[in-house]
Amino acid sequence: MEKFTKVSGTAMPLLRANIDTDAILPSRYLTRTTVTGKTGFGPYLFADWRYGPDGKDKPDFILNTPPYRDAKILLAADNFGCGSSREHAVWALVGYGIRCVIAPSFGEIFYNNSFNNGLLPLPLPLAQIEALAAQIEKGTGKRQMTVDLDAQTLTAPDGTVTKLTVDPARRDALLKGLDSIGITMQGWDAISAWQAKDKARRPWSYL
Amino acid sequence: MTAPRTLVEKIWADHEIRDFGNGYSLLHVDRNVMHDLLGALVFEPLDRMGRKLPFPNQHLISMDHGVDTDPGRGDETKIPGGKEGVQGLRRKGKEYGIENYDIGDVRQGIVHVVAPEQGFVLPGQTLVCGDSHTTTIGGMGALAWGLGLTEIEHVLATQTVTVEKPKHMRIWFDGKVNPGVTPKDMILHVIGKIGAKAGNGYAVEYAGPAIRSMPVEGRLTICNMAIEMAVRFGIIQGDEVTAEYLKGRPFAPKGALWDQALAYWRTLGSDDGAKWDREVQIDCSAITPSITWGTSPQDVVAVDGLVPDPAKAESADRRAYIERALKYSGLEGGKPIAGNKIDVAFIGSCTNARLSDLRRAAAILKGKKKAAHVTAWVVPGSGLVKRDAEAEGLDRIFKDAGFEWREPGCSMCVALGGDKFPPGSRAISSTNRNFENRQGPGVRTHLASPEMVAAAAIAGAITDVRKVL
Ligand code: SF4
Repeated sequence: MEKFTKVSGTAMPLLRANIDTDAILPSRYLTRTTVTGKTGFGPYLFADWRYGPDGKDKPDFILNTPPYRDAKILLAADNFGCGSSREHAVWALVGYGIRCVIAPSFGEIFYNNSFNNGLLPLPLPLAQIEALAAQIEKGTGKRQMTVDLDAQTLTAPDGTVTKLTVDPARRDALLKGLDSIGITMQGWDAISAWQAKDKARRPWSYL
Repeated sequence: MTAPRTLVEKIWADHEIRDFGNGYSLLHVDRNVMHDLLGALVFEPLDRMGRKLPFPNQHLISMDHGVDTDPGRGDETKIPGGKEGVQGLRRKGKEYGIENYDIGDVRQGIVHVVAPEQGFVLPGQTLVCGDSHTTTIGGMGALAWGLGLTEIEHVLATQTVTVEKPKHMRIWFDGKVNPGVTPKDMILHVIGKIGAKAGNGYAVEYAGPAIRSMPVEGRLTICNMAIEMAVRFGIIQGDEVTAEYLKGRPFAPKGALWDQALAYWRTLGSDDGAKWDREVQIDCSAITPSITWGTSPQDVVAVDGLVPDPAKAESADRRAYIERALKYSGLEGGKPIAGNKIDVAFIGSCTNARLSDLRRAAAILKGKKKAAHVTAWVVPGSGLVKRDAEAEGLDRIFKDAGFEWREPGCSMCVALGGDKFPPGSRAISSTNRNFENRQGPGVRTHLASPEMVAAAAIAGAITDVRKVL
């Protein structure tokens, strides 16, 4: 898995609640995995919002406006990534270059998928996210932010630094880029002993 | 004595291999169901490690997501890459010794329809699948949830998965269920009431007299839509109704093992005094046939009600929300939802494409015809549902009414298999998601029960099913 230590760059506000994974990556691109595996989804990020029926950029979608084309951090509202379990939504965000999504809450499958692909989903209160977005949209015209997972800090567009608290287990795995199967396999003997005991205890459950 | 526990806590404890002490556990996975979208890709780590599956029989494949549903279909899909997914998974299934309900097999169908139908899941088990509506299987009394592809790789390699411990919510259904009100209406009502993000971080147990008296297929519908309120686990305790349903199904235990399993299930009910982080009471007598008006499953209105009026919204945020949803759905705020003309009627999906769903829809359609301008489809949830429906003559009723009778699969629930409705068309659908573009670019989706879909197909517009009962 790709490591995540720090991301610095343009933050793009998209403060709409319940942005679902169908919107992040429409279903018609799902089978592309048979061609490109887990990569190559960046061009289809938010495809139905981003492109018109003619395939051309819709000028009013924020990602198509020049200041945000190189967005690395996404500011969102509640329940970001709800809906379908498609990991492709995360692959599309990462493929585009977005490495951190800040939202008050996340769809839980999306949340887990993010950590498995080096994308940091960062839960912050809505009021704080709105304040950051306001700095970007109305304030100084600055839209650079930094999220430092190592130092656990967030640098707002106006330069203010706030402390973050990130789930220690998740943080460790991201910082080291740990491979989850590898970690579990280290304890394989204990797991397989548990499974053998379970089979004796619940024989009806095994086929 | 152990402290009183919820059903979910009991299942959790019995599957917990490791408590990491940080809010996460490593759980044993009893069952994993896979579909064609995973393709060969999901086996890549096993291939790389040269590792076999620790428990090959605990996995099952059914081709459902990308497959076409046209009569006479084969591996070829209208969606590019779909065929490679089907063929890749088929190849890997063979290589790793996994049972596969392939195209052409009468047992093939939507994963969440197939697993209960085959008895591939039992109360008190853990089941995962790479699809968010795996919550459906909670209706069998199992702890069942959707995973991303990387997590499934982990399940294949280790038969385990790391999961965050949930908070616990109980939704209690009491009161008499009115005529014309189905499990679909009940769950839409709940989501409309508590909201699309209300379940974040929770496991939800649906309970109460109205759940106890509900057949298994209805319970599956209720749990199907748990994910639509951001719930990871939705569950209904396995009971005598579940046992009756499961007995004799292909994978259900037999003889002494059956008795053991049954005795175990009986110990699993939530204890009196179990701690709930949130409790919700639902009075079923207050539920009417329901339908969605917007672009989230929480945008629910009684079929005899009005589309919300943005001008009357209680806050600026709410007004913007309603306006945005109405702009997409092309409805007028403050006007009745009934009477809006539809272009498409779809009966299908793991929410509502089991035999009982088709029976109820057919009862409404019998001897009637769909409106001329409406495109109407039925996509049975599995080959067995289709076969049984045909044995009862339901296919005739649908066809006579002008519906297309198709092959099993996800079809227009996910608009992936090349099944398409015209852009911008208004669909009434027995599925579970009315997100923007979910059923194809620009398609406006109204979620409702199969009966409501049937009634709307006849009227050519959204209509109150109680008028035709
Ligand atoms: S029918 Fe729809 S919700 Fe069900 S498994 Fe298929 S795509 Fe998912």
